[in-house]
Amino acid sequence: MTDIVVFVETSVSGELRPSAAELLTAAARLGSPVAVVVTTAPLDASTAADLGALGAATVFNAVSRLLTTSLTGVQTAALAKAVEQFSPAAVILSNTLDGRDIAGRLSARLGAAVLLDAVDLRLDAGTIVATHSVFGGAYLTESSVDSGLAVVTVRQASIEGSAPAAAGQLTSVEIESQPLTSGVIDSIDDIVVASNRPELRGAKTVVSGGRGLGSAEKFVLVEQLADALGGAVGASRAAVDAGYIPQSHQVGQTGITVSPQLYFALGISGAIQHRAGMQTAKTIVAINKDEDAPIFEIADFGVVGDVFSVVPQLIDALNSRKP
Amino acid sequence: MKIVVLIKQVPDTYGERVLSPDTGWVDRAASDRVIDEINERALEVALTYKDSAKNTEIVLVTMGPAEAKDALRKGLSMGADSAVHILDDSLEGSDALATATTLAASLKREGFDLIVTGNESTDGRGGVVPAMVAELLGVPSLSFVSSVVITDDRVSGVRSDDTQTLQVHAPLPALISITEGSPDARFPSFKGIMTAKRKPLSVLSFAELGAEHPSARSRVVSNTERPARAAGRTITDDGSAGSQLVDYLVAERLI
Repeated sequence: MTDIVVFVETSVSGELRPSAAELLTAAARLGSPVAVVVTTAPLDASTAADLGALGAATVFNAVSRLLTTSLTGVQTAALAKAVEQFSPAAVILSNTLDGRDIAGRLSARLGAAVLLDAVDLRLDAGTIVATHSVFGGAYLTESSVDSGLAVVTVRQASIEGSAPAAAGQLTSVEIESQPLTSGVIDSIDDIVVASNRPELRGAKTVVSGGRGLGSAEKFVLVEQLADALGGAVGASRAAVDAGYIPQSHQVGQTGITVSPQLYFALGISGAIQHRAGMQTAKTIVAINKDEDAPIFEIADFGVVGDVFSVVPQLIDALNSRKP
Repeated sequence: MKIVVLIKQVPDTYGERVLSPDTGWVDRAASDRVIDEINERALEVALTYKDSAKNTEIVLVTMGPAEAKDALRKGLSMGADSAVHILDDSLEGSDALATATTLAASLKREGFDLIVTGNESTDGRGGVVPAMVAELLGVPSLSFVSSVVITDDRVSGVRSDDTQTLQVHAPLPALISITEGSPDARFPSFKGIMTAKRKPLSVLSFAELGAEHPSARSRVVSNTERPARAAGRTITDDGSAGSQLVDYLVAERLI
């Protein structure tokens, strides 16, 4: 069976990022998954076993002390080595900052075509076909590569299911030389997520707030509803630009694209830029005091009213339902 | 210091955008065409440096159809010194690698100390072309950075996502791709608009780049427009909207 190389991202301390499971799931549909993990110290057997359980037939561990000082250079070199060794049909990465950076470098280095931000991957008569959700989900397109290696990035939290467990056979290489074309990392701070809320990407419920919340202090209302529903917190660009909440919560054209079961838009007018990030949600609920707000054109349930009176009512009603 | 800023003209995100049903490519004639906002921010990074280092030369480079000239004129009116337009029908339908190959050929010809790009265009959203261009030119790149600081011989910035924040730097020559975290761009001044018309704007065909012609190897094989969402029920709050909403969520099995 054809090998499919998967780039597994890790935290600074070497823990696997959650995207490993979905990338291996996608890879197993296309061939035999080879998980490439780049670490500063040799991978322990239990992590290799974890990757095997997630579907990796082979675990290719590239070890380099340069990992924490070279911006994506070691990872690109490791994948180039893996491509040389396994001659895979595809290299699959997560559509993250690192994933896209490495995909671009690798593609240019090897002359391989890219398929970007796939929301689904399948094999069609031996050809790898990627599905893409374009213009905020207004279009679904499928693409493939005419010949040769395909370098594919996969949108986070878009692949469902799991791969059958595989051997997770561990092999290691060392990468010594400093990649000349890399930027230099001066310092790394892992962001520790203190909240119990689900991650915005992939959350089943998302509650987003817009400019209508009025201030950073009052934006707490959005968090309260998110907690009452067990959802993640999002925001429109207007709310981010106004400084109510950090940019990492921005949903829209230039932020995160979400596709939850339930999406709440609080005090969000629904400009096209915002809709591009959430219009594929299964159910959309909008609360806005402006009855002409465009968000109502796509809302399954709209409430014309003041968020500061409707949302507390809603939270009370939700709490009174709980046993 | 010579800074090249890469420019892309895109369909305006404030209007409806359309894919051509035949090719699956962006239908550029169907929407208003504007300079991508992230490119204006990229240019602002270069202009801010030029404000303090007057002997800086800023060159804009774009690849695109005839109308892309308007995006270059806008950049010139904001303060860039000259512009290069790679205009060649044979480049239509270029994929990311073919685009990067063409841009890299023009950058090699143009010469540079620093290349500044947006992190991703609003139409393609791929975000890989900057890394490809840097790789093809054999220079380091800092992708997806904000808080950019440029000095005589190096560039630095902050690269952060929801998992980590990195402080990064690279010696020049280098390429950086900047995010929305970079400052808003300045507006063109009246003087800028008037002088933009006299600034050099050269148009090059692919043959004039003296490089091997790239061909796209990734292909759109199908393309479906999703049906537009229809509005559902809208109520006006009379004090009971909260409980009506909960009834709805329960009926839809969402809670």
